[in-house]
Amino acid sequence: MSVRRLAKEQPASFAFSKETMEKVQWWIAKYPAGRQQSAVIPLLWLVQKQEGWVSEPALRAVATLLSMPVIRVFEVATFYTMFQLEPVGTVAFLQLCGTTPCMLRGANDLKKVCEAKIGPKNHRSADGKFSWEEVECLGACSNAPIVAINDYYYEDLTPETLGKIIDDFAKGEKPKAGSYVGRNTSEPIGGAITLTDPSLYDGSAVKKITRLPNLPETPKEETKAPVA
Amino acid sequence: MVGILEDKDRIFTNLYGLHDWRLAGAKTRGAWNLTKDILAQTPEWICEQIKNSGLRGRGGAGFSTGLKWTFMPKQESERPHYLVVNADESEPGTCKDREILRNDPHLLIEGALIASYAIRAHTCFIYMRGEYVLEREHLEAAIKEAYEAKLIGKGNIHGWDCDIHVHHGGGAYICGDETALLESLEGKKGQPRLKPPFPAGAGVYGCPTTVNNVESISVVGTILRRGAEWFAGFGRRNNSGTTLMCVSGHVERPCNVEQAMSIPLKQLLEDHCGGVRGGWGYLKAIIPGGSSVRMIPAHEAETALMDFDSLSSLKSGLGTAAVIVMDQSTDLVRAIARLSYFYKHESCGQCTPCREGTGWMWRVMERMATGEAEMKEIDLLLDVASQVEGHTICGLGDAAAWPIQGLFRHFRPEVEARITAYRAGRPHVQGATLAAAE
Repeated sequence: MSVRRLAKEQPASFAFSKETMEKVQWWIAKYPAGRQQSAVIPLLWLVQKQEGWVSEPALRAVATLLSMPVIRVFEVATFYTMFQLEPVGTVAFLQLCGTTPCMLRGANDLKKVCEAKIGPKNHRSADGKFSWEEVECLGACSNAPIVAINDYYYEDLTPETLGKIIDDFAKGEKPKAGSYVGRNTSEPIGGAITLTDPSLYDGSAVKKITRLPNLPETPKEETKAPVA
Repeated sequence: MVGILEDKDRIFTNLYGLHDWRLAGAKTRGAWNLTKDILAQTPEWICEQIKNSGLRGRGGAGFSTGLKWTFMPKQESERPHYLVVNADESEPGTCKDREILRNDPHLLIEGALIASYAIRAHTCFIYMRGEYVLEREHLEAAIKEAYEAKLIGKGNIHGWDCDIHVHHGGGAYICGDETALLESLEGKKGQPRLKPPFPAGAGVYGCPTTVNNVESISVVGTILRRGAEWFAGFGRRNNSGTTLMCVSGHVERPCNVEQAMSIPLKQLLEDHCGGVRGGWGYLKAIIPGGSSVRMIPAHEAETALMDFDSLSSLKSGLGTAAVIVMDQSTDLVRAIARLSYFYKHESCGQCTPCREGTGWMWRVMERMATGEAEMKEIDLLLDVASQVEGHTICGLGDAAAWPIQGLFRHFRPEVEARITAYRAGRPHVQGATLAAAE
């Protein structure tokens, strides 16, 4: 388990913006009537997108909106580590994957870059523009090492490329997410060596089949499924 | 042909995202072909076909997907049925579902419709891990297209009303456990439930629910189109089909690839990944199925096959077919200590053996990594690991114990040598401090 507490300094109030509120309603509508509590994680995420982090007044606002006891929202916010309980870097918030597959490919070297350029982990830089944390497996291990910056994955990094990405953010640019060794998604470096058969993509798959294999002998009507 | 599977037999034809992932592109690659005919059959026929295909769940446990579907009630009562797709991929080493979600989302949506019909569900939730933001954008867009084309939803052209919703989590590994996922979907902390009742009896909102992995669901449409025998024709008996394999760590070219089951592990690495960094002789150990299985040393990797039976006979497992390769330069103790930290961080805190045990095991592993630990602590550690294993509600306790057991099964002398080396030249070692106490 990880111990997570709400920040000591909290804002006085929280209000949903108009755009956020539209998305909130969209989320709540997905769940059956009376089950609006299901939307709590997506809502906290929307709050975090709006404010940059999740504050105590926001937790109370979400609880009121979903008719939940406040403590249940507190539980969720402290249980799920994606929710930032303190303000993070306003320009770039880096989440560096440090789990074994990334570690084997050099994540520890990337940590040094972050420490040198931003400072110690879990603290904002002096100007408040940058912060970084170490997270557990981000689930893109074939593209290790990975850093998620403002929610998007920057893959196949080296200390040099990560350093440049941070510099670019500092200059106000938005470096492109994805692989930084010039490959498409998770294909092997140098280009895919499978899925090269052109007949897969010429449209012949659209009408090839005339009858499903293994159909029962009896006419379809008699075995018709329960009414929708 | 590279490996043992031909391109024409691959299901995920847009694995690398080189082609259009939207509806038009997916259709040219064969998705949504004959879906209406499939849904004109009985749910029993679909379950039977999937059973005959030998498809075993791709989320790690390897349970027969078709059989799981038959556990659902045959008639819908006042409690609606639900299909929940587990897209909370967070097992270290595993990155296959991500490619499906962002590059072939229509295979998943089509499979979800067919599976919903097979278990008589009108609602499907796809629970994605929260960090997959780009992937969620793709999937949401694909679902929107499917609604607009009337492929899913109320009154769709396939004749089975089915709403598909995307839900997302908040970065908790434990929500990959099916009952923790259901708790999380209900808006609670992701703490696994005691079973029974099983989800097929009382799942999300107390209603009958089936939880399947993304890959298990995404292959369903193609299996039905091409026939159960086609899928069953790959791999050894009881290990049939094709599967996505993720290779990471010390290979020349790490990648994801779809291969037939039972491909030799060595061939997988050499054909697709350019071999082990520094040559096969430089290999030290491989974790073949995601971090939760025991590692195998190089000499066993030489002959291992990538399937359930071969790897479990080596006291490891296929898990999610996520291969983590470690060459001779790897500090194995440090690598496993990092995994122990992962499990300590991700334990939900519900069961005492796991909550206390994972932290304890991590602290001891850290001291093993520096050599500060005492020799007798090795047996103590293994004793504690076996007390955590099998004594928790979900599998996280087992998953935390197995990497440590795998390390000592094959590399105990290495740890002992480190402990001895630490003491060499020190007259007296006392009160060893924690290397990474937090």
